Amino acid sequence: MIPASFEYERPGSLDEALGLLAEHGDEAKVLAGGHSLLPLMKLRFATPAVVIDIGRLDSLSYVRDEGDHVAVGALTSHRDVARAELLRRHVPLLAHAAGQVGDPQVRQRGTLGGSLAHGDPASDLPAVALALGATFVADGPQGRRELAGDTFFEGFLETALTPEELLVEVRVPKVDGVGWSFQKLTKRAQDWAIVGAAVLHGNGRTGVGLINMGPTPLRALDVESALRAGASASDAAALADVGTEPTADLNADEAFRRHLVRVLVRRGIEEAAAGTSG
Amino acid sequence: MASLHGQRVVRQEDRALLTRGGTYVADVADPLLDGAAHVTFVRSTMAHARITGIDVEGVRTAPGVVGVFTAADLGLGFAPMAVPVLPPAMARPWLAGEVVRFVGEPIVVILTERRDQGEDAAEQAIIDYEPLPVVAHPEDARNDEVLLFPDHGSNTAAVFGDEGDASEFADCEVVVRERLVNQRVAVAPLEVRSTAAAVGADGRLNVWMSTQAPQSARHAITRAFGWELDSVRLIAPDVGGGFGAKIGPYPEEMLVAWLVRHLGRPLRWLETRSENMVAMGHGRGQIQHITIGGGRDGVVLAYRLDILQDSGAYPSMGAFLPYMTRVMAAGVYAIPNVACHATSVVTNTMTTVAYRGAGRPEATAAIERAMDLFAAEIGMSPAEVRRRNLIDVASFPHTTPTGAVYDIGDYRRALDLVLDAAGYDELLAEQASRRASGAVRQIGIGLALYVEITAGPTAGKESARVEIRPDGRAMVFTGTSPHGQGHETSWAMIASDVLGIGLDDIEVIHGDTDLVPRGMGTMGSRSLQLGGSAVLEASEQVLDLARRVAAELLGVGVDDVVLDHDAGVFRQAHDAVGGASVSWQQVAVAAAGEGGSLAAGADFQASTPTYPFGAHVAVVELDSETGLVTLDRFIAVDDAGRVLNPLIAEGQRHGGIAQGAAQALCEEMVYDDDANPLTTTFADYTFISACELPSFELVAMETPTPVNPLGAKGVGESGTIGSTPAVQNAVVDALSPWGVRHLDMPATPQRVWRAIAAGHDLSSRQGT
Repeated sequence: MIPASFEYERPGSLDEALGLLAEHGDEAKVLAGGHSLLPLMKLRFATPAVVIDIGRLDSLSYVRDEGDHVAVGALTSHRDVARAELLRRHVPLLAHAAGQVGDPQVRQRGTLGGSLAHGDPASDLPAVALALGATFVADGPQGRRELAGDTFFEGFLETALTPEELLVEVRVPKVDGVGWSFQKLTKRAQDWAIVGAAVLHGNGRTGVGLINMGPTPLRALDVESALRAGASASDAAALADVGTEPTADLNADEAFRRHLVRVLVRRGIEEAAAGTSG
Repeated sequence: MASLHGQRVVRQEDRALLTRGGTYVADVADPLLDGAAHVTFVRSTMAHARITGIDVEGVRTAPGVVGVFTAADLGLGFAPMAVPVLPPAMARPWLAGEVVRFVGEPIVVILTERRDQGEDAAEQAIIDYEPLPVVAHPEDARNDEVLLFPDHGSNTAAVFGDEGDASEFADCEVVVRERLVNQRVAVAPLEVRSTAAAVGADGRLNVWMSTQAPQSARHAITRAFGWELDSVRLIAPDVGGGFGAKIGPYPEEMLVAWLVRHLGRPLRWLETRSENMVAMGHGRGQIQHITIGGGRDGVVLAYRLDILQDSGAYPSMGAFLPYMTRVMAAGVYAIPNVACHATSVVTNTMTTVAYRGAGRPEATAAIERAMDLFAAEIGMSPAEVRRRNLIDVASFPHTTPTGAVYDIGDYRRALDLVLDAAGYDELLAEQASRRASGAVRQIGIGLALYVEITAGPTAGKESARVEIRPDGRAMVFTGTSPHGQGHETSWAMIASDVLGIGLDDIEVIHGDTDLVPRGMGTMGSRSLQLGGSAVLEASEQVLDLARRVAAELLGVGVDDVVLDHDAGVFRQAHDAVGGASVSWQQVAVAAAGEGGSLAAGADFQASTPTYPFGAHVAVVELDSETGLVTLDRFIAVDDAGRVLNPLIAEGQRHGGIAQGAAQALCEEMVYDDDANPLTTTFADYTFISACELPSFELVAMETPTPVNPLGAKGVGESGTIGSTPAVQNAVVDALSPWGVRHLDMPATPQRVWRAIAAGHDLSSRQGT
């Protein structure tokens, strides 16, 4: 329960952080809120030689109106995402879901960028980002580049970020007036979701993201197609587990996860349609 | 000064705990511990294996390492059995040298300059194992195909009770049988185990330990190593929870003391949370077969409980607990024929120990599930079946078929109170309406009555000493060392009521064997009734001494001296306020001047244990699509006799109810079929949090016991005892429309969903 030895770097600027990443590459792990990395290090599942603590890069914590989308700095805490008036007005699904992550301590320290860059399929916000069609901005030796959400999550805890790159911003389309719902089943409030679903549907927009239904955060593409074609909530939701590869663990076997995702997606579509959560 | 008895006095200890924080073993900054090395254990990663090699060369050269010890280096043999009647062939070695019998068993001790260096060094230890067949489940242990201790000849560690008579149920119209699993749970105190030790200037060994029973720990350590009792001073500082698992001491803790004595260097040991999950004793772990029989009129005629107790690898207190289950098997019911038989077996898992309730929750869970199963079978309401079988209020003291002698109770009143407070009829109506509408969210109503045994199993004893210092302040020395129970407040209230000295001028001393050499500790809901009664008697004796001194000072006869409780002074009886008086300070100074001291000790010896009782109602909401069960309401009547401090008693009930509900809903220490522990972090071991609990609705009821002068019974465990079956019964009740008659704990979403899915299959088959 004590991490193996590591070098600790605390850059004071983004350039310094990128320089350290360029220097150490895959020897290094980036520390933001620490709620995923530190437990892994304490259990010695992760033993990075260098930890680059970006916690002082205040310039990466912001929520900005960019016209058709809202730009959220990667280091914005879940708490700040949940409370941001811009997001509550224009992307209420993200603000709401951020308020459901873990417990108050996790939300105080954990960051949007950290959660996305970690790529844990059991985390809430990657699925929300997929449902919203968010774009991820990475900075690195070759400069800034934009990554589409759909191609960002490549494997279990693997993303399209190179070891030298830092996720710096998340761009979330405004979805004013679009029905939405965030559903997750947890044994206890602070647990990771056994299964969850983020649903956006209405006004010509449709996106359904799934939590903990495979090695990566997923979109339920068949559900989205069915909804666009006018299927009923229950007919569309019956397709929610198509293409998923849910694992078995202490909380749920594969069959239960497939069942749950159909239930939660159906509830999500119904709630989005009712507009009650807007 | 009005009596404090029954007053909601705020806990005096909390100001310090909430501001500067407690001083737990890891916080102890005694100069004797300067330069202490840190202890780390290398633990087995195999559940059952022969050790074919231990290579610690890499450990010796790791940074900071100052000592490495294997079983061969110690040459100590086996730790003493915690329960003497258990088979000596099943004793636990101090360190495993030849065979490991559970994942987490210590094999090597490493001493390092810094604590973090210990974890690095431990990774350098190379243990070669030759795997042995694993016994993961008690039902597999019982067939003795694989023996953990071949020298013993079987896996059975203990047997209790009689096999009974098959004809018990011959006259019953209805007989119901079921297999119930009372699952293994982790104790998970917030403060993990910790011990520090150092040799003092006087040559004695000072040991700081996170324990519920410092005096017993001192006895255990000195006996284990053949040391003089006085050669060890044992100190329990603030202790962050024990729940029975810190009655101890554990081999690791005793080894720390031995190593310090052996090496002369101070040592500190603080285990990690992951170590605590696999190597501190676990609770519960019974497989129960119940048989209940009676008439369609609801009268139960016979009840039988067969217990298979999982003792874990090295049998300890857990192997003994079925004895307690057996004593309480009959519950609150006047069943003429009750039989209980128990077998405790060893498995390749961590040892089971006492855990909040310790054998009694298992008894209550069994009989209260049995009552519901019987009620369902004859189509009668669970409340009505219980009512028809309750022990009558006029029949106390009541002797049960398994030998318990219940002191006093009024079970019918407890039942009436809880049903009334719950609005039972309205709940039934709400349930009927939801069932009729086929709502996705159904409700379940669970009822459990309990009676338990506190300060048992035999008549208990505890000591106290009260001393008035020359400044007039009172010191109360107690043999019951607390770990969160609020003894400082409660004992001061008792002394204050007798002595007329304010709470601010009373200091409660505990946990240091130099200051309190005798005592039994805090466990089994014994402290107030035994330790508190001892404080009461010692206080009364000090008052007698003081009145004699005051009589001399006032120049009157002893019989003419009274204590003015309001002013805290002694006067002549019938003398007006403002007349001659002497203070506690004057009396104490005078007593000291005569070469005496104003102090008295008392050993309170109870004539019998006491039997608290109560009735709980749980209301759960079931999401029938996801299997999620939510505890919506919890209503509890808990009668622990006369209540000294309702605030503290309610706190105990809150904690107990939460812990018991957690066993029913979400907690389980899981081992796989190879006896690998799977729930070793707080991400996987899901104990309950405030978010999952409603505000409890507590109903007061007090039936004073004649057994002690305070009229008090224990309250520390009763919440746990009643709430587990109440919640479990509510879950099964919610599932009954799907044909479910029983569901084992914990009621996780997957388990509940599977029961519903199986019920759907059942109804579709019946429909065709």
